[in-house]
Amino acid sequence: MNFELTEEQQILQDSLRRFLANEYTFKKRSEIIESGKGSDESIWNALAEMGLLAFTFPEEYDGLGGNGIDTMLVMESFGRALVTEPYLATVVLAGGLVRDAGSDAQKQAILPAIASGQKRMALAAYEHGARYNLSNVKTEAKSEGSNYVLNGSKTAVIHGGQANQLIISARTGGDARSESGITLFLLDADINGVVIRDFATHDGFRTAEVTLKDVKVGADAIIGEVDNGFPALEKAVDQSIAALCAEAVGAIDAMNETTLEYTQTRKQFGVPISKFQVLQHRMADMFIHAQQSRSMAILAADYANSDNREARREAISQAKLLIGQGAREVGQAGVQLHGGMGVTDEMWAAHIFKRLTLINLMFGDADYHLGKASDALLAKTA
Amino acid sequence: MDLNYTTEQEAFRKEVRQFLQENLPDDIRERVQKHLRFTKDVTVRWQQTLYKQGWGASTWPKEFGGTGWTEVEQLIFEDECALAGAPRQLDFGLRMVAPVIMKFGSREQKDQHLPGILDGSVWWSQGYSEPGSGSDLASLRTTAGRDGDYYIVNGQKTWTTLGQHGDWIFCLVRTNKDVKAQEGISFLLVDMKTPGVDVKPIIMLDGEHEINDVFFENVKVPVENCVGEEDKGWTYAKYLLGHERTGLANVGQWKAMMRRLKEIAREEQDDGQAIIENARFRDRLAQLDAELRALELTVLRVLTNVTAPGPEASVLKIRGTEIGQRLFELTMEATGQNVMAHIPDALEPGYDGPTVGGMNAMPAAGDYFNMRKLSIFGGSNEIQRNIISKLVLGL
Repeated sequence: MNFELTEEQQILQDSLRRFLANEYTFKKRSEIIESGKGSDESIWNALAEMGLLAFTFPEEYDGLGGNGIDTMLVMESFGRALVTEPYLATVVLAGGLVRDAGSDAQKQAILPAIASGQKRMALAAYEHGARYNLSNVKTEAKSEGSNYVLNGSKTAVIHGGQANQLIISARTGGDARSESGITLFLLDADINGVVIRDFATHDGFRTAEVTLKDVKVGADAIIGEVDNGFPALEKAVDQSIAALCAEAVGAIDAMNETTLEYTQTRKQFGVPISKFQVLQHRMADMFIHAQQSRSMAILAADYANSDNREARREAISQAKLLIGQGAREVGQAGVQLHGGMGVTDEMWAAHIFKRLTLINLMFGDADYHLGKASDALLAKTA
Repeated sequence: MDLNYTTEQEAFRKEVRQFLQENLPDDIRERVQKHLRFTKDVTVRWQQTLYKQGWGASTWPKEFGGTGWTEVEQLIFEDECALAGAPRQLDFGLRMVAPVIMKFGSREQKDQHLPGILDGSVWWSQGYSEPGSGSDLASLRTTAGRDGDYYIVNGQKTWTTLGQHGDWIFCLVRTNKDVKAQEGISFLLVDMKTPGVDVKPIIMLDGEHEINDVFFENVKVPVENCVGEEDKGWTYAKYLLGHERTGLANVGQWKAMMRRLKEIAREEQDDGQAIIENARFRDRLAQLDAELRALELTVLRVLTNVTAPGPEASVLKIRGTEIGQRLFELTMEATGQNVMAHIPDALEPGYDGPTVGGMNAMPAAGDYFNMRKLSIFGGSNEIQRNIISKLVLGL
């Protein structure tokens, strides 16, 4: 039982934070967001040079063999700086899926290309009307000889517009909501029949709606087994939830720090407003949320790669539940303590608030994960 | 980073578990697990049992007869004790006065007092709060004036938990009125059999006698019963606060209670099915379950962190007590309207009189009422928030 970072992890975290503090300034971030590109070449290449784009890939695919804790460190640092690069989409979600479920040929083709910064990817798994249920898949893949023809649409495709390749979940069998009968397909973003509509998100990221009309792919596009793609999909999303939890912890810390600083600077009634007990107690509660969230992000990171599905799902849902709630509380309190300034575009707190708000809504909000944790509790005590 | 216990720690857990299986008497286990009425005998017998095993003081260093366990081992021990249904050991001696005596006491004080705490033969009480001095403890007015080789103590202490059984009481008393409030306080050990000490019950809202007022009228206390230096008592009391980083989180007990609550939620009926099948109830249980898991991890993070105690201890006190109170509240709600009947006799072991809806409900409301104290004692949760903001904000 220990919560210490290794020396390598400590060095990595320090250098990443230093890099972001120097290079990823508020101004730079605003420019990147305004460009509408969703990713900045110089930042992305720098992350590649630091080895971060291949951090959790095996060494034979140009990776560093890192684990969930390593992802946690990277994402926490990103959260502190509100980095909007397609790291989660490319490295954790799609890259993780290829790493865990792809064939050797797929890994050879994809992982080194992600590692070097050449390839960006996205996962298209959610559908309208399904809300957070990954097994509610109406997108169809019909076999036609040795090929498959895909039809359907996907929503909430994070950084879908920036991706060179997409991973699509499609139904090859089973009922509309069953976990069996789901197959994962890899396809080029510019292939015939794929339309990607790219949108800005409120928090400076990009999202996309993807429609597929008679998209033809070969059997070599399948990741993992036909009809049995769901377990790998679920695990990749669980890893992303863990990563998002870590990002939230970084953002929560950033909110607490900037709020503390602001309340010590802003004067009313002749004194810094941090002198007022009402505000102090609110900040104490923000600190408590930060501590609790950090504990749960560590738990999620520890379970993210576990193949014990029940234990992993329970830990992930408990973590996302408390962190979603913590993100909401800290986000709202941070804005409130900034007063009128908190609702202006120029304040860091406002940007943190928007990110924290959307993190709660991604991959299942607090209510959704409470339901999951609650069902797990019922099953365990049966 | 590694969230698993080491092989040695797992082996230690097994050893503790086996000891508990073999040595925890059934009648004590039943009393604890069914939340029946507490008795002095239970605490003393259990302390003696642990003492014979060499485990009387899990938090003490070996030189004073303690186990010398690491903090993680102490936590494992507490976890296993709580899950097995062992009673809590008496904190006042073991975890409150003893560390102060060890750190600041004289050779004679150590020899006189530590053995009796360890073997359970001497019952200690706490004399801190006064009617006019709660959160503002330093304003205390109980005086100890010098008269030759004695202090003459006059005043009143209150909220003295289980003081009705007390043999000795450690008190903060005012020995100097001419200096700043914090600088004129001394830490005094008082034999409660001394003439002039008078313990009077305070009946709590659950109808039980757990707390007391302790009156001092011209009580003669030998000067050698002052711990450390005269007028330095406030420093010693503060040392004690910093000494306990995680004890107030009470994770082991809450885990045991969560387990019991899940059983109760399976047993109690809700319109033809177990209340746990009711999603509205179960969601709140699941919420609390997740919060308890976060608390346990936070405790472990604090324990394995080598840095000095900071605001974490206050975070743990706040979260620990909030979670504890929710557990009692949900237990009460699980049993529903059955808790309305107040049957004090049902809290005695072997009770075979009438109940309303079975034994789950009998202690539930009283416990809930009683446990509102958790967020009030040991520095109210509002005071803890002051401490957090002071340490975090640096104000």
